[in-house]
Amino acid sequence: MSGLGRALAGTGPLTGLALRRDRIMLTAWVYVLTAWAVGTAYSLKKLYPTVAAQQRFAATVAHNSLFIALYDPLFGRSLGALTAWRISNPTALLAALMSVFIVVRHTRGDEEAGRLELVGAASVGRQAALASALLVAFGASLAFAALTAAGLIFLGLPAPGAFSLGLAIASAGWVFAAVTAVAVQIAETARVARSIAIAVVTAAYLLRDGSAAKGASWLIWLTPVGWAVQVRPFGGERLWVLALSAGCTAIAVAASFALSARRDLGAGLVPVRPGRERASGWLGGPSALAWRLQRSGLVGWTAGLAAIGAVIGILTPAIGTLVGTSSAMGHAFTKLGGSSGIADAFLAAMAGLYGLVAAAYAVAVTLRLREEETSERAEPVLAAAVGRIRWAASHLVVAVAGTGVLLAAAGLSSGVADAVRTGNAGQVPRLLGAATAQLPAVWLFVGIAMALFGCLPRLDVAAWAALMAFLLLGQLGPLLRLPQWAMDISPFTHVPKLPGTAFTLTPLIWLTVAAVLLTTAGLAGFRQRDIG
Amino acid sequence: MTGVIEVSGLHKSFGHTSALDGLDLRVRTGEVHGFLGPNGAGKTTTIRVLLGLLRADAGTARLLGGDPWHDATTLHRRLAYVPGDVTLWPNLTGGEVIDLLGRLRGGLDDKRRAALLDRFDLDPKKKARTYSKGNRQKVALVAALASDAELLILDEPTAGLDPLMEAAFRACIEEERSAGRSVLLSSHILSEVEALCERVTIIRAGRTVESGTLPELRHLTRTSITAELSDVPYDLTGLPGVHDLHIQGTRVQCQVDSENLGEFLSRLTRVGVRSLESHPPSLEELFLRHYAAGATGVTASSAGSVVTAHGASGQEPSREGSCPRTPDGRSF
Repeated sequence: MSGLGRALAGTGPLTGLALRRDRIMLTAWVYVLTAWAVGTAYSLKKLYPTVAAQQRFAATVAHNSLFIALYDPLFGRSLGALTAWRISNPTALLAALMSVFIVVRHTRGDEEAGRLELVGAASVGRQAALASALLVAFGASLAFAALTAAGLIFLGLPAPGAFSLGLAIASAGWVFAAVTAVAVQIAETARVARSIAIAVVTAAYLLRDGSAAKGASWLIWLTPVGWAVQVRPFGGERLWVLALSAGCTAIAVAASFALSARRDLGAGLVPVRPGRERASGWLGGPSALAWRLQRSGLVGWTAGLAAIGAVIGILTPAIGTLVGTSSAMGHAFTKLGGSSGIADAFLAAMAGLYGLVAAAYAVAVTLRLREEETSERAEPVLAAAVGRIRWAASHLVVAVAGTGVLLAAAGLSSGVADAVRTGNAGQVPRLLGAATAQLPAVWLFVGIAMALFGCLPRLDVAAWAALMAFLLLGQLGPLLRLPQWAMDISPFTHVPKLPGTAFTLTPLIWLTVAAVLLTTAGLAGFRQRDIG
Repeated sequence: MTGVIEVSGLHKSFGHTSALDGLDLRVRTGEVHGFLGPNGAGKTTTIRVLLGLLRADAGTARLLGGDPWHDATTLHRRLAYVPGDVTLWPNLTGGEVIDLLGRLRGGLDDKRRAALLDRFDLDPKKKARTYSKGNRQKVALVAALASDAELLILDEPTAGLDPLMEAAFRACIEEERSAGRSVLLSSHILSEVEALCERVTIIRAGRTVESGTLPELRHLTRTSITAELSDVPYDLTGLPGVHDLHIQGTRVQCQVDSENLGEFLSRLTRVGVRSLESHPPSLEELFLRHYAAGATGVTASSAGSVVTAHGASGQEPSREGSCPRTPDGRSF
């Protein structure tokens, strides 16, 4: 057998094992992505049934920096072009995140847990785990591309556009799978590898967002997310752009294999330095432990949201001056932002985005309790003089206060960026208020995750499913013209669309009450149940 | 006098699987109590019930005079626990974890901490993720032994330690005993249990099968006899309580139940005894006999054919033939 063949021996069975372990998660990812893409095309078709209506709508949104910032540039006037414009951005982000999670889970995650050691002792090459993780990630994106293309063709869209749209989005998944493959070689823990990869994804999106600013459109060529857009599905497809993604993927994959061949199992490129011999004086209780475990995560998330907020703050004034003439577009956008002022509508939509990110943080932090429990690290803590409620509360405090820090950072940084650009600090309190108004809806996710952890610990992943479902509802609901009661299921529907509309306190109080009730139910359940 | 642990008729099932099926366990104040059983017998489940992590379905459990479920937090100030599978927070150092666990329990003795680190040869500056299994175990052991807890609950604490560290562990437990602390020691290492424990409880399939001091338990089982007789014996077969009888000329080898020992020896003396060697059953034999009951492939008699050194000496039992090394990994 050749050297490469030996290094890859066992890739087939490992790929099978990964597919078996992830059969539900993979199906869910591909389903959500496909439903988003095909569902958007379907709802646009319903909203604008005639070619004339589609062209009218397209004309109002084309070449508009507001919409470019929110979605993508529009290439063409057809239903297909409108679909590509609406979905490329969010689905490429989801495909990228899917790749990050898959690759980390089956490489560094397994390595950290010691499972790769078990596998590596069998007749399995040293590159087999990496290869199989990449195969699964590439395959998941490809499955999405194929299913989306099939769905779009079924809706009557032309096949070349349908396939190129699927491939364009899948290519973002491929690039970030390869980037993650490098990240897992560098970092020694799955958590750090995931953070590095997500930071790269965020940077790619910030570049894309920045390209909406005047004179900065060339930025879009620096980011894999931009390449997906530049394929221009349904707008005179430029498939050669995919070669950029493919080349970038190939280089990153080659780098990851080279790095992996040079390092020891379990080691990263950054060696571990010795730490403190004694714990600091403050590290003495469950709250201190929770803070110690969660602080680096909070710093990372806060930095990420602050960066997003700053880019949005820089973009906003340009949007405010560029638009405001087209009443038809203003009307179309009101549907999504819920406000008459275009810039305010954009900022309100962005505040909703901060809310979603903060909700994801809330779920991750709260479910850390479950992670501590299943890894049996909770056991020595609970076997010491620490009550269950006190232990659970220690992480809940991080979730409740941490989401506040996150949203305040996003609101503040966008306000300050706006002030720096316009020389007027009037937006700072408005944007800070708009961001923090999301808090009660975000806290509801702390409640949902805690209720699941306390009462149905095996179904803790349902907290992520709920977040996904509300995200889809918020995106597709207005386009599908769902009745109000259906939209009301999502907590984000009840948050006042700030800035721009009147502030209403009542829904926020109800959301907070619901969050408190769910958290209490979770704590009560946790007190009664078995640990482990 | 009440014991530190009083468990009777404990039941616990997970779904349809019954983990504990009427388990009894009594640990007296100031004793080191061995807790033995094959994998999956319910040792860890029992310990988790005692720690208030699991709620028993039926039966009673008292820990240090309190209810392990309701009084968990207050009771935990008075005990220290070493889990069987020690997982630590990967980015904390061993020293930080020891201090943290000590403080969570209500403080630890700095002098003892330093002495134990030295004794177990543990580098406290290393990040937990770089520790081997044995070193993670040492972190938990140092944290527990440096506390001033009245009761130590140790779940297979030496599973990852090398022989040198195991010796250090034994010395520590001896000191704990003289300091008057009570210890519940769940273990698979029988020489360790024989060397350290006054009383032993053996469980199987969630139920207690034996409990008592080692001499008491020995009494319940067989003694190995090897004898050189002055003549070829003819009437030894078919005697009650005699097992694994091998006669080669004038040489007799067998296992005899304790209650039949007198009658068997009188038969031998009738023939005439030139030399006689008898071995009291080791804990290992007791263990294998109980473990093997109902197991496929290994029977009580094959387990009983092991001739070993004596219990209390604390030596590793020597073995004869190709008997299974450990009772692990078999189906029960």
